[in-house]
Amino acid sequence: MNSIVCIKRVPDTETRVRIGPDGKNIDPSGVKYVLNPYDEIALEEAIRLKEQAGSGTVTVMTVGEDDSKETLRTALAMGADEAVLLRASPGMDALPVARALADAIRSRDFDLVMFGKQAVDDDNMQVPPMVAELLELPSATVVVGLEVTDGRGVARREIEGGHEVVEFTMPAVISAQKGLNEPRYPSLKGIMAAKKKPMEEVDVELGAPRLSVEAITLPAERSGAGFKGEGADAVPELVRMLHQEAKAI
Amino acid sequence: MSANVLALAELRDGVLRSVAAEAVAAARGLADELGGSVDVLAIGPPGTSEAVLALGSAGADRAFVAEDDSFRLYHPDAVLRALETVVAAGDYAAVVFPASMQGKDLAPRAAVRLDAPLATDVTGIATDSGAITASRPVYAGKAMADVRFEGAPALLSVRPNVFKPGQRDGTPQVESIDVAAEPARQVVTGIESAARESLDVSEATIVVSGGRGLQDADNWGMLEDLVDALGPDATIGASRAVVDAGWRPHAEQVGQTGKVVSPSLYFAIGISGAIQHLAGMRTAKVIVAVNKDPEAPIFNVSDYGIVGDLFEVVPRMAEEIRKVRNSG
Repeated sequence: MNSIVCIKRVPDTETRVRIGPDGKNIDPSGVKYVLNPYDEIALEEAIRLKEQAGSGTVTVMTVGEDDSKETLRTALAMGADEAVLLRASPGMDALPVARALADAIRSRDFDLVMFGKQAVDDDNMQVPPMVAELLELPSATVVVGLEVTDGRGVARREIEGGHEVVEFTMPAVISAQKGLNEPRYPSLKGIMAAKKKPMEEVDVELGAPRLSVEAITLPAERSGAGFKGEGADAVPELVRMLHQEAKAI
Repeated sequence: MSANVLALAELRDGVLRSVAAEAVAAARGLADELGGSVDVLAIGPPGTSEAVLALGSAGADRAFVAEDDSFRLYHPDAVLRALETVVAAGDYAAVVFPASMQGKDLAPRAAVRLDAPLATDVTGIATDSGAITASRPVYAGKAMADVRFEGAPALLSVRPNVFKPGQRDGTPQVESIDVAAEPARQVVTGIESAARESLDVSEATIVVSGGRGLQDADNWGMLEDLVDALGPDATIGASRAVVDAGWRPHAEQVGQTGKVVSPSLYFAIGISGAIQHLAGMRTAKVIVAVNKDPEAPIFNVSDYGIVGDLFEVVPRMAEEIRKVRNSG
């Protein structure tokens, strides 16, 4: 069971976003960067599938700059066998990133390509279906349940108000949603072992972006409670205002 | 450049979803700016041709419809084939998808097929000397990005609950198209509905979210009663803390690793207001917070707040809201 897990280095979700001097990116100073939380779930699933099969390789791959090596090492410490850094500086346009990944994946031997359902920075949710389409493979995104047997798979993907059941043949592309599993923490032994695992580094040329960021701004501050009542006795006045002033009910 | 805009109409089991009219409304707004018309593409089971007529009021001029029993559920391969055919014949400035779970799966595939740039979860669309620009939340709404498309068509998926359909006269002219159901790389074989038939938190216009202040998974009945009092447009949400504790399903989670929501009315009950939660709900039109801690950060973003014991406040709210709704 060979899986390729595509990951991304992103700001921790507790980050308080500030705008950088160019007005097109966030200010990275003081930001703690982590392995994208959904990618941890994808990686956990790939490791479990390999463990169940009793053989195979889990490869982690990313498009990023040199600082992404730290994130790849975290993935190796969790249990991936080898890492690939496709060295480039990706922007918001997802298609050039998806092409770089697809080009690197195409020549490899794999049963599954796994992703987190989205990276919590750009929130694009684009790369997994794009890679599936570029490789002309079946795919299921936002997956909360996955069973694979004898070259076939069944995924449960989250939709509004329920789940869709998707059947496909392997190889396939899957994006993982919270609920699929509970990712493990890297053990001390895993962290030590990660230092000796292979990491391939390749410089890649990304295609010209056709979606460009003109500006990044902070959302308008909300002014905070115009009305602040105390206890259940304040409820009738609150409901009156919601009805008559805000016209919300 | 062409001035026409194509919108994808999403159906489930032959029924138009509310996001279909929203995608058409977004397309209408853009087409009006460009001076073009709005076409709709729908694939679904027999009867879809009649279902799409309702999109006239949102601004659809023409609808391309492919009907087949195998299109009852999401069929990405067939939609993509239909899209390629329609776009090749139509010369569109933009294609608008709903940023629903289906649209977010479909639009990136379409971007590859059409070799076109895509912006996800768009909340604003404009034109600037002929070029299409869009604004979209990033970092779960902690920041907004203004993006510019190069080349046509520009692909946009629009966030639910943002683009409100108008009430126009007219019905779209329907043209049926042939789309093959085979080959299919993956097959959706069924839908498992959630135990409680309810609106999804990302699409409801009223969301009642509970947090750790509820103290126990068994106390959610109180929130469900409040949802019931608020009527059929309301649904339950949850904070990350209570989802991580296993009290509520992840599908209900509001925040950076859950869903980002923009309802008309949002209740934060027993939620202190961590940064990642605020990111997920700060674009709600009206925010009501109930918390026992007057210093809770949630009060910095709420329009209406009550400091107090939620076990007394919430049942009273349900009672008072029923009175107002029954009298109105």
